[in-house]
Amino acid sequence: MPERAAPQGASATTRNLVPEALPRPGRFGPFGGRYVPEALIPALEQLDEARQKAMVDPEFQDELARLHRTYTGRPSIITEVPRFGAHCGGARVILKREDLNHTGSHKINNVLAQALLTKRMGKTRVIAETGAGQHGVATATAAALMGLECTVYMGRVDTERQALNVARMRILGAEVVPVDHGSATLKDAINEALRDWVTNVARTHYLIGTVTGPHPFPEMVRDFHAVIGEEARAQVLELTGRLPDVVLACVGGGSNAMGIFHRFVPDAGVRLIGIEAGGEGIESGRHAARFASTATPGVLHGAMSYLMQDADGQTAPSHSISAGLDYPSVGPEHAWLRDSGRAEYRYATDDRVMDAFRLLSRTEGIIPAIESAHALVGAMEVGEELGPESLLLVNLSGRGDKDMETAAAYFGLVPGSS
Amino acid sequence: MTTTVRGVAEVLSRCRDEGRAALVGYLPVGFPTVDGSLEAMRVLVEAGCDVVEVGVPYSDPLMDGEVIQHAAATALARGARVDDVFRATATVREAGAPPLVMTYWNLVLHRGVDRFADELSVSGGAGLITPDLIPDEAEEWVAASDRHGLDRVFLVAPSSTPERLTKVTEACRGFVYAASTMGVTGARTRVDADAKALVDRVRAVSDLPVCVGLGVSTREQAAELAGDADGVIVGSALVRALSDPGPLSERLEELRTLTTALAAGVREGRR
Repeated sequence: MPERAAPQGASATTRNLVPEALPRPGRFGPFGGRYVPEALIPALEQLDEARQKAMVDPEFQDELARLHRTYTGRPSIITEVPRFGAHCGGARVILKREDLNHTGSHKINNVLAQALLTKRMGKTRVIAETGAGQHGVATATAAALMGLECTVYMGRVDTERQALNVARMRILGAEVVPVDHGSATLKDAINEALRDWVTNVARTHYLIGTVTGPHPFPEMVRDFHAVIGEEARAQVLELTGRLPDVVLACVGGGSNAMGIFHRFVPDAGVRLIGIEAGGEGIESGRHAARFASTATPGVLHGAMSYLMQDADGQTAPSHSISAGLDYPSVGPEHAWLRDSGRAEYRYATDDRVMDAFRLLSRTEGIIPAIESAHALVGAMEVGEELGPESLLLVNLSGRGDKDMETAAAYFGLVPGSS
Repeated sequence: MTTTVRGVAEVLSRCRDEGRAALVGYLPVGFPTVDGSLEAMRVLVEAGCDVVEVGVPYSDPLMDGEVIQHAAATALARGARVDDVFRATATVREAGAPPLVMTYWNLVLHRGVDRFADELSVSGGAGLITPDLIPDEAEEWVAASDRHGLDRVFLVAPSSTPERLTKVTEACRGFVYAASTMGVTGARTRVDADAKALVDRVRAVSDLPVCVGLGVSTREQAAELAGDADGVIVGSALVRALSDPGPLSERLEELRTLTTALAAGVREGRR
């Protein structure tokens, strides 16, 4: 990999090396690739072939569009939020309401599409990892709808943070397996799912929930979420007669952000800003802000991207109040968008996120997922910088019902919870 | 194919001349402690291991089952570092066997591929086994291993297509690692019939020695595989011998007994 000539060390950057990088399949500049056991390669090739066929097959597209119309509830609406906007320097703020999708987040977009692919490949079982539970619930839902067997791996810590989502998955008929290894969070759930996959790959599809993992997952999952940006771009144009100045989204693995960014990438005048989990602050070391910290290029879960790691290359622990953003790496296309300068990345700390969580609830009657509240903090910052003439589009990727226990504890809302 | 004195080819061909399979034993650096793991590797060589796989503990060992996961987590919690790997390779070489380092790729990448290769070579290492690096992504490692005369062992699996088998075996030097079954490391009560079929499929496309791993834990299994393969790889069973409760000296004796039995097993295969 000569294009990645100097990735090691805390100060290393690929910034000046990236533009010359030759495009390769499954690569975004130097990022992406397929760092997985050989045993999985045939399954990845089968998947790549199936999804490429599906993308140009009218029958597949019609079936997916029908499901989105009659099951997901697409197109999702946009909502202008002036009372919240008053706290964003008076900027005009528009929310893309992925929280209104069936199962309560953007995750269903990708899940329905991959579940259809699973059936096309003749497989009868899906497995998934989940952090906040949104992807696990969406996968359990699609599996129920399509008659697929379903196992969801979830870090033990997350099963406690998101106990109600565990119950939801189980009522939908999925097996939920708590994972005790390592940090017992999302990354360890992915390890366990990969172990299951390599053992049962003949009849099992690993329904990865974000834009990470080996090729073709980052590209495929992005494409299945691109409907978010396609709809939002047309909706904002129709409502305001112009494109937004800035599109904002939270970034854990980065699927909702890639979904809303993708259609805007060619619109050079539109700034794309991803908001990472700043946790308890960068200096605390307890965060998941890969781009704001000393994260350097590295490989985790099959892809080369920015990675929080120690001096030996062992994965460093991440932290966020939102289970869904608590991941030490990030989708490889985000690494590329960042190094090429097309997108910017900032972070929001837990405290500011919880303030935004409550603020949107009280000003607009919309309770966001804590993940999505990161993007709201970004809107408050950017709105202050750009002022009242600016137009901000925010991906409200999920709803906050699943987070009420965390919020109740944080704000001391019920007796004995503070 | 280029061979070097530092690689495993010489040992494997000697075993072949003796009409037997080689015994390849895996242990992770740092388990139960760094010094304890070095002693244990010495025991492997003394008790009849022809090649030692020096495992590098990693935070996210997605190809490993419970036994090795636990050992890796313990080693890291007790402070094992990548630096210690090169002490282990020197120890194994000094004990008289070629050490092949088995490592997840990010640890090599982060240190710098050429630097890792250089340190490995200087410390007597024979090469690398890379469970999560496929030849398609290995350009930098292929170049570094050529520069330093190191073996590079990639894996093939029962799921590998004929095209993949050709591609992977062409990139290998030393031997081809055939995963006997679809799954992660760990002892299994019986070794899949898949294993023999895979060895035959590898032989159809490559002249390299083929060693079979995943799931082998007993003398009988070793003997059974030794009838077909050039080498039998044992990992979790050895690690488990070190994991049982009791003082290290007892653990090492259990390890010696098991290794001796396995070494007898690879001599019992029908050739």
